Amino acid sequence: MDQAQLLPGTLDLLILKAVSLGPLHGYGVLLRIGQITDSALLVEQGALYPALFRLVRQGLLKPSWGVSDNNRRAKFYELTAAGRKRFREETEGWNRLATAMTAALAARPEEI
Amino acid sequence: MNTLAYLRSLAARCFHRSQVAEDMEEELHSHIQYRADDLERSGLDRAEAERRARIEFGARERFKEECHQAMGGYFFETLMQDVRFALRILRRSPGFAFAAVVTLALAIGANAVVFGIMNGLLLRPLNVPQWNTLWGTTYGTEPGWQSYPNYLDLRDRNRSFEDLAAFKFAFTEMEEGKDLSAANGFAASGNYFDVLRIQPYLGQFFHASDEHGPNSAPYIVLIYAYWHSHFHDDRSVIGRVVQLNKHPFTIIGVAPPGFQGTLLFITPDYFMPIINQAQVDGDDLLSARGSDRGVFEVMGHLKPGVTRAQAVADMNTVGAFLEKTYPKEFSHQSSSLEHEGLTSFSGPASAFIAGLMLLSGLILLAACTNLGSLFAAHAADRSREVALRLALGSSRNRILRQLLTEAVLISLGGGALGLLGSFMLLRRLSTWQPFDGAPVHLPVSPDAKLYVVALALALVSGFLFGIVPVRQVLRANPYEIIKAGSGGRRLGRRITVRETLLVVQIAICAVLVTSSLVAVRGLMRSLHSNFGFDPRNTMLVSTNLTMAGYSIDRVPAMQKRMIEAMETIPGVEHAGLVNDYPPLVFTAGNKANVFKDEIADLRLSNVTAMPYRYNISPGYFAAAGTPLLAGRSLTWHDDKSGPPVAVVNRDFAGKMFGSVSNAIGRYYKLQDGTRVQVVGVVEDGKYAVITEDQQPAMFLPFLQSPSSQAYIVVRSHRDSQQLAGAMRKNLRELDSGLPVDTKTWSTLLAVVLFPSRMATASLGVMGMMGAMLSITGIFGMAAYSVSKRMREFGIRVALGAQRTEVLQAALGRAIKLLAIGSATGLFLGILATRVLASIVYQATPRDPIVLAGVVLAMAFLGLVATWIPAQRALSVDPMMLLREE
Repeated sequence: MDQAQLLPGTLDLLILKAVSLGPLHGYGVLLRIGQITDSALLVEQGALYPALFRLVRQGLLKPSWGVSDNNRRAKFYELTAAGRKRFREETEGWNRLATAMTAALAARPEEI
Repeated sequence: MNTLAYLRSLAARCFHRSQVAEDMEEELHSHIQYRADDLERSGLDRAEAERRARIEFGARERFKEECHQAMGGYFFETLMQDVRFALRILRRSPGFAFAAVVTLALAIGANAVVFGIMNGLLLRPLNVPQWNTLWGTTYGTEPGWQSYPNYLDLRDRNRSFEDLAAFKFAFTEMEEGKDLSAANGFAASGNYFDVLRIQPYLGQFFHASDEHGPNSAPYIVLIYAYWHSHFHDDRSVIGRVVQLNKHPFTIIGVAPPGFQGTLLFITPDYFMPIINQAQVDGDDLLSARGSDRGVFEVMGHLKPGVTRAQAVADMNTVGAFLEKTYPKEFSHQSSSLEHEGLTSFSGPASAFIAGLMLLSGLILLAACTNLGSLFAAHAADRSREVALRLALGSSRNRILRQLLTEAVLISLGGGALGLLGSFMLLRRLSTWQPFDGAPVHLPVSPDAKLYVVALALALVSGFLFGIVPVRQVLRANPYEIIKAGSGGRRLGRRITVRETLLVVQIAICAVLVTSSLVAVRGLMRSLHSNFGFDPRNTMLVSTNLTMAGYSIDRVPAMQKRMIEAMETIPGVEHAGLVNDYPPLVFTAGNKANVFKDEIADLRLSNVTAMPYRYNISPGYFAAAGTPLLAGRSLTWHDDKSGPPVAVVNRDFAGKMFGSVSNAIGRYYKLQDGTRVQVVGVVEDGKYAVITEDQQPAMFLPFLQSPSSQAYIVVRSHRDSQQLAGAMRKNLRELDSGLPVDTKTWSTLLAVVLFPSRMATASLGVMGMMGAMLSITGIFGMAAYSVSKRMREFGIRVALGAQRTEVLQAALGRAIKLLAIGSATGLFLGILATRVLASIVYQATPRDPIVLAGVVLAMAFLGLVATWIPAQRALSVDPMMLLREE
């Protein structure tokens, strides 16, 4: 299967999106991203964690230890208020960019 | 960004470091377990699943590091981590850590001491208000010392200074009640304190308005420290009368604490008006324009708006005027201004300190190159570890940072140690009194500037030598290194950075060794050179009959009785008297102008020679051990009723009359026109300082020009203690009120030998340090190359190599580097010691003993340094080594 490389800066947004759907542990975030992107985007497993720690430091995610369904201890992440706000802003920003990019790339000579 | 969250995270990082690390570890572990669970479900067995999960996860250490970084508090975190790691590494290689710290401590200690001395002598201003506009003048023919009338003319005729003050020294005994002790003062002009703009701590100062002609102001002002130690802070001393050389003076004030006079390294006990000085030491110089002993230094604040150049021009104008007005008494050369404090000594002092700074800088450089090669070897030893860390995903940046942290740790350790050492040494120096009975001290107490300098030196050198292995690390290819193993590194024939550093370092050390050998040889030679007299087995007794209350017309008769009293002591071979000071005592020497007999116009531009002038008794030459070359010595008949006669030295005879034999019976003229007949010629000698060029000297009969200040030279083979006791006893019998001070001539020579002794001692220390540094440098290099090639040697021995061949393979390169470095250093050292010749008498590098000494010393150092590595190379056991690999 072809996997697209992540654009720089998009990993954070993907993580926020994944967590916005419900609290997740690290591996869960990875699975959720695979699920919602239909495994089209490649996230290196280890690279996820520096991003998670960064988001925690920025106060966008709140970590807490818990026990998962198969009885393993894991650290769960959920959005904070600031995280939800940032997620909304970034989503809007991304949409604007995506619309603009799509329109730009779809432009044909006769439209100019 | 959410600052609060950042700070919280930072705090968490700092306070719960281990917990955070465990946390992270557990999280990553649980991730891998989840992944392994998934893989297991897809049909793999558990072990394989976990292995696959770990591989998929990627470079775990790197991500962990990135996580730490992402969490913030990264700088301190890394720093602490690096420091801990560095300490661990250093603990694991104590030899390396010890060598590095000690090397650096030596270098930084040496530099801190030199800086402390410079700070104390050159950078520290006098403790007076507006010291930066207070200038000391150099004027007339030499720095310091000029005549009192000339000072008055300069003070009154210049248009540049607000006012000019002057001072000179007064050596006296102070009697207070029953208490008698030697006290040395400054005799100062009335305006001294007003010119310095200082206020009394207690009582009042004397002022210009107190001066009403000679001996009109019998007042003294005490230095705070003297008041504290001798009068125990007694505030009622004001108004008390003390006796200075048996003349009453009233204490009118105490100078503020911290004010120690206007010479940095001579602290007086009190100040007295210069117009009263004749009273205490009998020399009336207030109207003697021709005498350059009237005042020692003249200083003042410039008027606002007057530049230094304008003031110097102004002083030159006054000088030219005086020269025209008093051609017989004054010749003007040039004027200059210096910051007061070291005015008369700034030249030699700065030269000495500059030399020291250069040498200690070289030490530091040598130490840095030494440490650079130590670090390079250390880094090479750790190349496997570095390679592993690189392979595990550590960034090169991170590794460099860690190496630099290690370097800085070492440099801080070395710096602290060096600073401690220099601190103690400077403390000792500042309380050190180099000369018995003279108020000389070095104001070199360590201060804050010293700490800053030492810290800066430590950090700079830390970075300097920490940089050396960087290239090595950056170039390292982890796969190659791990594959090849530690023993497999090729030792190419290429010249490496480390070897270049070693050569540079050895060269520097050879320079230091050369200079110190040259200096030591010079000092030894100057100690055994021809002084023109024999200081062994001679005792000097200083007498000042004015102090004892004699009027000048009673002096010669009394002095004659004193000489006779000395001659009657059993065991005394000769006794003779010399006025003022004997040669080479306190660098005192009076020069006089002399003219050829045929010159009629006795202006200064016609002077034929300026010999040292000594007034001596008949027995002086025998007592001093000065050989008579021709003619006769002086006799008791050469008195006021006889014709003026003189004995001159060989140099004088040559300069004035062409040769020794020509001189006898011929005449020359003194400044006052007196025609003097030469009756004898004596051997040349040294007069004021050891390093002087050969000077002319003349010896006149003391009966023809009496002076109350004199030394009696007593020659005897008796024990000096007993002799001194007998001399004191005999003199007391003549007059119980006579102040008697006995010393051996050799002791007094210490003062004139002080500069070359100091220079030699400092150079000796620097040379030793240089030698130690080269030992550690060569040792490091040899030990390293031997340990790297043990396997090779094992194979060589197994294949039948002889001991010499192994040795050559092991140490050949180190020895070659040593030879190149030493040769370069010797050459540079010879160039450098030309500078030395100006401080150390007869320091010449073209001395076979010095050259051989340097070569031998360097060879010896090489032998010492390579001994242990050589033993190790020879003890190689091929079987053991081959088994180990």
